[in-house]
Amino acid sequence: MSKEKRSPMIHLAKRSEIDPKAAWAIRFGSVIVALILGMIPVMITGNNPIEAYGIIIKGSLSKPMYIKQTLKVAIPLLGCALAIAPCFKMRFWNIGAEGQITAGAIAASYFALYWSDKLPHIVLLVVMFLSAIVVGGIWGLIPAFFKAKWNTNETLFTLMMNYIIIGIVAYLQGGPWEGRKGSQIIPMFAKNARLPEVFGVHCGWIIVLVLTLLMHIYMNYTKHGFEVAVIGDSSNTARYAGMNVGSIMMRTMFLSGAICGIVGFITVSGANHTLYSGVANGVGFTSITVAWLSQLNCFAMIIISMVLAILTKGSNTLQTKLAVPASISGIVTGILLFCMLGCEFFINYEIKIRRNKEAKV
Amino acid sequence: MTTLIALVVAAVTFGTVLMFGTLGEILTEKSGNLNLGVEGIMYMGGAFGLGGAFYYEKAVGAAASNGTVALIIAIVAAFAIGALAGLIFSFITVTLRANQNVTGLALTIFGTGVGQFTGEFMRVKEGGYVALSNNLKEVFVKPIFPQALVNIPVVGKLLFSHNIFLYLGLILALVMHFYLTKTRSGLYLRSVGESPSTADTAGINITVYKYLATIIGGGISAIGGMVYITTTAGCVWNHEGLAGVGWLAVALVIFCMWKPLNAVWGSILFGALMIMYLRLYIPGLPTEIYKILPYVVTVIVLVLSSMRNNREKQPPMSLGLNYFREER
Repeated sequence: MSKEKRSPMIHLAKRSEIDPKAAWAIRFGSVIVALILGMIPVMITGNNPIEAYGIIIKGSLSKPMYIKQTLKVAIPLLGCALAIAPCFKMRFWNIGAEGQITAGAIAASYFALYWSDKLPHIVLLVVMFLSAIVVGGIWGLIPAFFKAKWNTNETLFTLMMNYIIIGIVAYLQGGPWEGRKGSQIIPMFAKNARLPEVFGVHCGWIIVLVLTLLMHIYMNYTKHGFEVAVIGDSSNTARYAGMNVGSIMMRTMFLSGAICGIVGFITVSGANHTLYSGVANGVGFTSITVAWLSQLNCFAMIIISMVLAILTKGSNTLQTKLAVPASISGIVTGILLFCMLGCEFFINYEIKIRRNKEAKV
Repeated sequence: MTTLIALVVAAVTFGTVLMFGTLGEILTEKSGNLNLGVEGIMYMGGAFGLGGAFYYEKAVGAAASNGTVALIIAIVAAFAIGALAGLIFSFITVTLRANQNVTGLALTIFGTGVGQFTGEFMRVKEGGYVALSNNLKEVFVKPIFPQALVNIPVVGKLLFSHNIFLYLGLILALVMHFYLTKTRSGLYLRSVGESPSTADTAGINITVYKYLATIIGGGISAIGGMVYITTTAGCVWNHEGLAGVGWLAVALVIFCMWKPLNAVWGSILFGALMIMYLRLYIPGLPTEIYKILPYVVTVIVLVLSSMRNNREKQPPMSLGLNYFREER
C-alpha cells in the first residue's frame, strides 16, 4: 500500500447532534475519572484513598451539625456562581467576584456597625441588603465600563479590583473601624444586624434559592438573557442585530456585582457577624468552578455547590484525621475542572477509528 | 542615597521573580495561547523548587551538599513542574479545544492547590519547618561577582550585588529577544500567534509550536516562583507572599507590550512598587493602603494601554483563540 493512499488511523468528525442523555453521561463519566485521578495525591501521602473519600463524606454529612456547616459553605458558593453565570455566558471573564463580595460586605457592615441602634431589625436588614447590592454592583460596573469603552482586559481588571478592595478592608480593620485599639478586629454586629435563622441555618439559603429561580428565568426567558446569549456567541452578530453591546455588558456586570454584593451581605450578616479582610475566603474563585461544572445551568449549580462544599468541609476533617493538607480540595477541584473542560471535546466530536476492511478494498 | 540604593536592590530582587513569570508568559502568548494559570504555575514552581533543593540536601547530608548542584536541582525541578502544567494546558486547549480562559483559571486553582499541598505536606512530613541549611541558602542569595566589584561605591551595589537569578533572567530576556526577532523559528512562532491560518497554509506545524511555546513558557514562569521562595521568602514555604504575583506577571506582559526586553525594566519597576511600603515611608499613608499601590498602578496601566491605538503595541492577533483547521 503506497503512503499517499493510507488514510489516518484516527480521525475526528464533528457531531451534528448528540442525545442530551449521552452528553450528561459523558460529563458524569468525566467526574468519575476526576475523582479517581484525585486519589493520586492521597496515595502520595501514604493513605488509603477510599478511606479518605469516606472521611470527606462523613466529615461533611454524618451529623446534623456537620450538614449545617456544609450548607454554610454551599450558600455563598451557589449565590456567587449565579452571579458569574450571565458574565460567563457573555464571555466576559469576571474573576472579580471575590472583590464584589467584599464590596457588598463593606457596605452592609457600615450600616450594621453605625446604624444598628437607630433602625429597627427588619428595616436595618433591608438597608444593609440594598446598600450591598449598590456597592457590589458598582464594584462590578467599573471594569465593565472600561471594557465597553476601550476594550480593557476585564480578566486582569476584575482581579486587581479584588486586591484593592481586600486591602481597603484590611485598612478599615486596623484603622477607622477597629474595635478595641490594637486588636485589628472589627467589633461583632449587634443582634438586630444579624440574619434570622430558619431550620438552624441563617436564612441566606432562602435568599439564594429564590435567586436561583430568578436567575434561571432571567437567563432563559427574558430579552436580557437572550441578548447576553447572543453576545456570548458572537458580539459581531449582536452589533449587527442592533444591540448596544457596551451597555448590555455594563448592565450584566452591575447585576453580577449586585448578586455578589448580596452574597457579601449574607456572609457578614448571617455567618460571620463581623467583617475581616478574608471575608470572601476564595468563594469568588471556587464559584467559577461551580458555574462552569454546571454548564451555567442554574439548577445544576445547587448540586455542584453542595458537592464542592462537601469537598471543602470534608478536606478540613481529612487534615485533622489523616494529616492530609486541606489544600487537597483545590487539587481535586482543579482536576474536576480539567476533566469537565476536556470532556466537552468528546461531546462535540466523534472519534472515528479507521476500519481495516475498508482499507484493504 | 543609601535608602534609595537599598530600595533599588530590593526592587531588583523582587523584580527578578516577576521577570521570570513575565518572560515565560510572553513566550506562551506569542504562540497565541493565553495561559492564565501563571499564578498556579508559580506556586508549583516555588514548592517543587524548594522541595528539590531540600531533599537533595537531605539525601547527601548538609556537609557534603554542593551549592551549585542544589541550585541546578531547584531550577530543574521548578522548570519540570511548570513544563508539565504547560503540557496540561496545551493538551486541553490545543488538542481538546477547550476554552483558554477557563482552562487557565482551572490551572490556577489546581496549581495553587498543588503548591500548597506540597509545601504543607513537606512541612508535616519533616516535622516543623522545611528550610535549607544556611550554607545552601547563601548560594541562592549571594552576589556572583567578586566582592571587590560589589564594594565600588553606588555602582557596585546597583549592578553587581544581585543574586544569580537576575543575571540569568537578563540573559534569558536577551536570548528571547534575539529568538523572536532574529531567527526563522521565532518568526514562525510569531506568525502562529498572529494568524494561525496563514501559518498553517505556509506549512508551519501549528500544534508543535503552540505546545512547545506553552511548555517552555510554563517552565520559565515556574522558575519565578522558585526564585521567590529561595530569595525573598528565605527558603521557607510561604504561600501568602506569593499570592497575586502570578497575576501581576500576566498584567506585566500587557505592560511590556509582549517584548522581552521591556519585561526587564517593567518587572523591576513593579518589584519596586511591591516592596516600597517596607522601605520608603510616606507620612499619612496607612500601610494597608500603601500595599494596594501595585494593583492600583496595574489597573491604571491596563486602562492606559487599552486606550492607545498603536498597531505596534497590540497583542498577538489570535491571542486567546483556538485554531481549528476545519472551522476556518
